[in-house]
Amino acid sequence: MSLYYLTAHELHDLLLKKEISAVEVNEAVFNRIESVEDGVKAYLTLTRDQAMRTAQSVDDMINAGRPIPPLAGIPVAIKDNICTEGVRTTAASKIIYNFIPPYDATVVKKLAGQHIAMTGKTNLDEFAMGSSTENSGFFATHNPWNRDCVPGGSSGGSAAAVAAGEAICAIGSDTGGSIRQPAAFCGVVGIKPTYGAVSRYGLIAFASSLDQIGPFTRDVTDCALMLNAICGHDPLDATSSTYEVQDFRRCLVNDIKGLKIGVPREYMSEGIDAEVRQVIEKTMSLLEMNGARIEETSLPHLGYSLPVYYLIAPAEASSNLARYDGVRYGFRSEGAQDVVDMFMKTRSQGFGAEVKRRIMLGTYVLSAGYYDAYYLKALKVRTLIKEDFNKAFEKFDILLSPTTPSPAFRFGEKTGDPLKMYLSDVFTIAVNLAGIPGLSIPCGFVNGLPVGLQLMGRPFSEGKLLQAAYTFEQNTDHHKKHPEL
Amino acid sequence: MIKKSDVEHVALLARLELADIEKEIYTKQLNDILGHFESLQQLETTDVEPMAHVLSLFNVFREDKVDRHLSSESVLANCPDRDEDCFKVPKIV
Repeated sequence: MSLYYLTAHELHDLLLKKEISAVEVNEAVFNRIESVEDGVKAYLTLTRDQAMRTAQSVDDMINAGRPIPPLAGIPVAIKDNICTEGVRTTAASKIIYNFIPPYDATVVKKLAGQHIAMTGKTNLDEFAMGSSTENSGFFATHNPWNRDCVPGGSSGGSAAAVAAGEAICAIGSDTGGSIRQPAAFCGVVGIKPTYGAVSRYGLIAFASSLDQIGPFTRDVTDCALMLNAICGHDPLDATSSTYEVQDFRRCLVNDIKGLKIGVPREYMSEGIDAEVRQVIEKTMSLLEMNGARIEETSLPHLGYSLPVYYLIAPAEASSNLARYDGVRYGFRSEGAQDVVDMFMKTRSQGFGAEVKRRIMLGTYVLSAGYYDAYYLKALKVRTLIKEDFNKAFEKFDILLSPTTPSPAFRFGEKTGDPLKMYLSDVFTIAVNLAGIPGLSIPCGFVNGLPVGLQLMGRPFSEGKLLQAAYTFEQNTDHHKKHPEL
Repeated sequence: MIKKSDVEHVALLARLELADIEKEIYTKQLNDILGHFESLQQLETTDVEPMAHVLSLFNVFREDKVDRHLSSESVLANCPDRDEDCFKVPKIV
């Protein structure tokens, strides 16, 4: 097996046994990047020198007999909407194409404290607005399983990098499914933690009440290791939770006997592909065989989550993106008559079509005369959706659904119709509205493309999701398959 | 029903300068999107509290004292135009 397809915990064991060095691991991954990146295009920026320096320092620690943290020397990719000191951070937007952050995001700082080797910054839909990475202001990323298909989005570059062996783990962000949907499309594990579990400090804001950072990994054990590294209170993020963080490795137990799993019927009926349904049903049988008790349930307001999301998220985005005015950083249009003209020209030339569309939509629903009918209404229905989840969790430990109604789609298939693109998030967005954790794990294939299983839990029940996912993984081998590139 | 003049008004509020073709496209698309969302209006929500946030957080305070912060130089390093320690912009009035 090639080093670039091993997991972080496998590599860690080999490092401790001194069978390989961290420099060799990073060389293997960067050689892999060199040979496949032209066909995948996962990265916007590579940081090879920085990674090799970290790898060397980890090898020095090992050789000096000093203990190393579980992720030390592991090549990890970071989504390019997360600030990295001294390394260009663009959110895949032309409006900040040249922005070099003067500080690290808290997650980046935490990972650096674990001595991870940052491979580079990954592609995304501009400002994380999109479901296919086709909205990147620079270029599209390809799905490693079928390069005619999208990798999903918005964290498409992070998912594709892990699937293609161009990184061992990656960091993404999830506002309406931007970790789970690409994880499903690319056949890797992805989790959106509970809102507030991971600091958002240094994450370029899209919709602040929904945004959350989380990891992409090849298996559930690595997912637990990454969560251990990034969760925890941060005084720099006022919405950061003070909830006590557990060691998620303790949840890696192959046992789901008596686990009560609910399957909301709304998730299994609306426009789901027949083949995806078959894969999910097979998955449910396997969970039942392992002792889980599965029952149908209902989230009556789930059908409203798409409109609620596409009113709230653009409203918050229109406010968050007001800061891109050409004054303090990024692109500025030349030859403006006065300062307002400069704002207008800079924003019009700097933002892409989808970002402008969402700013327009958000500004409209917040504007005088429409606020009550759209924005306030959406906030009220958000309460109803959250209450549906609360009720379901009185009876069930976990809720289960497909992560997406169908596997990865082809380039251009949905770009002409924004509504059609928005509908590809239909199964993931309610989790963000409710602020609960959601995990996607590979559970099969349809026509050579991976299918994802979504597990949802109560706030701060990441451990339970990990245990269920770990048990599933121990009894299947989907996570051992890799694309041919 | 959103009209082209509404799109022009919203674009001004959002500080976006739209080409004529963009105004046409956004008028149609905003109508399509909001039309699709009309289903929300069927729900009775008079007595439902709006949720801006999932956390039961109120104001988060810290002590009012100078803490670690970025230097002016590192903050100004990214700006398109500057005059010593100031951001420089075209004329305002």
